[in-house]
Amino acid sequence: MTPKPSPLSDELKRGLDAPICLTWELTYGCNLACTHCLSSSGRRDPAELSTEQVFTVIGELHDLKVFYVNLGGGEPTIRPDFYDIVDRCVAHGIGAKFSTNGSTLTPARAARLAATEYVDVQVSIDGADAATNDAVRGDGSFATAVRAMEHLAAAGFGPFKVSVVMTRHNIPQLDRFEALANRFGAQLRLTRLRPSGRGADAWWHLHPTNDQQRHLHAWLLDRPEVLTGDSFFHLSALGGALPGLNLCGAGRVVCLIDPLGDVYACPFVLHDEFRAGSVLDPGGFAEVWRRSPLFVSLRQPASAGACASCGSYDACQGGCMAAKFFTGLPLDGPDPECVLGHGEPALAGGAPGARPRPAPGHSVPIRLGRR
Amino acid sequence: MRGLLTLPGDPAADGAAPELAGRRLELDPQVALRPEPFGALAYHHGTRRLTFLRSAELVALVSTLGDHPRVDEALAAGDVAPALWPSFRRALAALLASGVIRDPEAQPSQR
Repeated sequence: MTPKPSPLSDELKRGLDAPICLTWELTYGCNLACTHCLSSSGRRDPAELSTEQVFTVIGELHDLKVFYVNLGGGEPTIRPDFYDIVDRCVAHGIGAKFSTNGSTLTPARAARLAATEYVDVQVSIDGADAATNDAVRGDGSFATAVRAMEHLAAAGFGPFKVSVVMTRHNIPQLDRFEALANRFGAQLRLTRLRPSGRGADAWWHLHPTNDQQRHLHAWLLDRPEVLTGDSFFHLSALGGALPGLNLCGAGRVVCLIDPLGDVYACPFVLHDEFRAGSVLDPGGFAEVWRRSPLFVSLRQPASAGACASCGSYDACQGGCMAAKFFTGLPLDGPDPECVLGHGEPALAGGAPGARPRPAPGHSVPIRLGRR
Repeated sequence: MRGLLTLPGDPAADGAAPELAGRRLELDPQVALRPEPFGALAYHHGTRRLTFLRSAELVALVSTLGDHPRVDEALAAGDVAPALWPSFRRALAALLASGVIRDPEAQPSQR
């Protein structure tokens, strides 16, 4: 009857009865074409889940007592039923958080959001100025995002989130992001760039340098109020763990549902190898979560592999599975951005042709001419 | 003795418990409590904070607190050995501080 002796992280690695939260990408449609898009979004897919199918899954998530969902895309708000989906989640006691580029966030919409409990809004930018941001997210996207922030602030929404993917071009702007968030009474949320989707190519010239990672780690340690979505646990090898669970939650405490209803281990591994099943399979989401061979295997003790002799393995856990996978590194080796430098030789030894390719995705083809 | 609960990003309070024995406390209505093999997860929909309750006895205690006029009566109604009551009161103090449980009289029905 005494309290359990094992560390919490061991228990979490064995997997929970249901996810704490999950990322749910509702559409591949997007009016932007960010160079690092995890899901290679652009065009909607005719096979995206219908409103009724989405509602059925929400009922299942309610029964499983999933606490909240992170709705994304694509740009989720371009779905005509998007706010019906948000309302349905909230009505079922599931917190709804969504990420948006801000393009549909009118003053009227901001006012309606401000009146809704249990909804969190994340507005994405990837630079503290238009030049830095628009180089990744496209012309005009910075102005659009800042306008959306102005609307949320004016509507009295409260502390919405300003969400930034850390790149080598924007890490020098950390203080400016903080100032921007403060200007709107918003919370800053920083996440790690993953080499997934279109980011599989963009990562090579956008990912932070090791000096920048060290700077980011120190900056975050000074600011426990900055959210990171547990994104930077690989930085724990520097000593001083950041707030959060500090482990890879893929298939253990989190997962991803894609616009077609396919379930993946996390938002960063949209590849057949990490597809666990579909919400449309018999037994639905719960069956995939509980019994898919992939998720069951992710909950087995992992080998430290090439990292076994490193004294920091307990801190960083070998880093991010997705970052290793899409850079062609073995999953039981160092993270490509290992802060102790073990990733660089591994990367240098790999042949680009041997790297797994993300699924073809839904990028809008570049049109060279106009009619 | 290991902590009965873990608050991510925030070390569990391990000092002396404030005098809780005679107080009436209850699970905050905004908290969703979900059983897990190690105890339960508690998610506060207002603060968006997640708390890990790492003992089935603590979960049972938290779930039934509101049925009793005093904390110690809730403890007596459960199957926690009296020798362990101080550690359970400490865990409750941390849960009170993080908003998982509340004093119903201290917070008259506000959202």
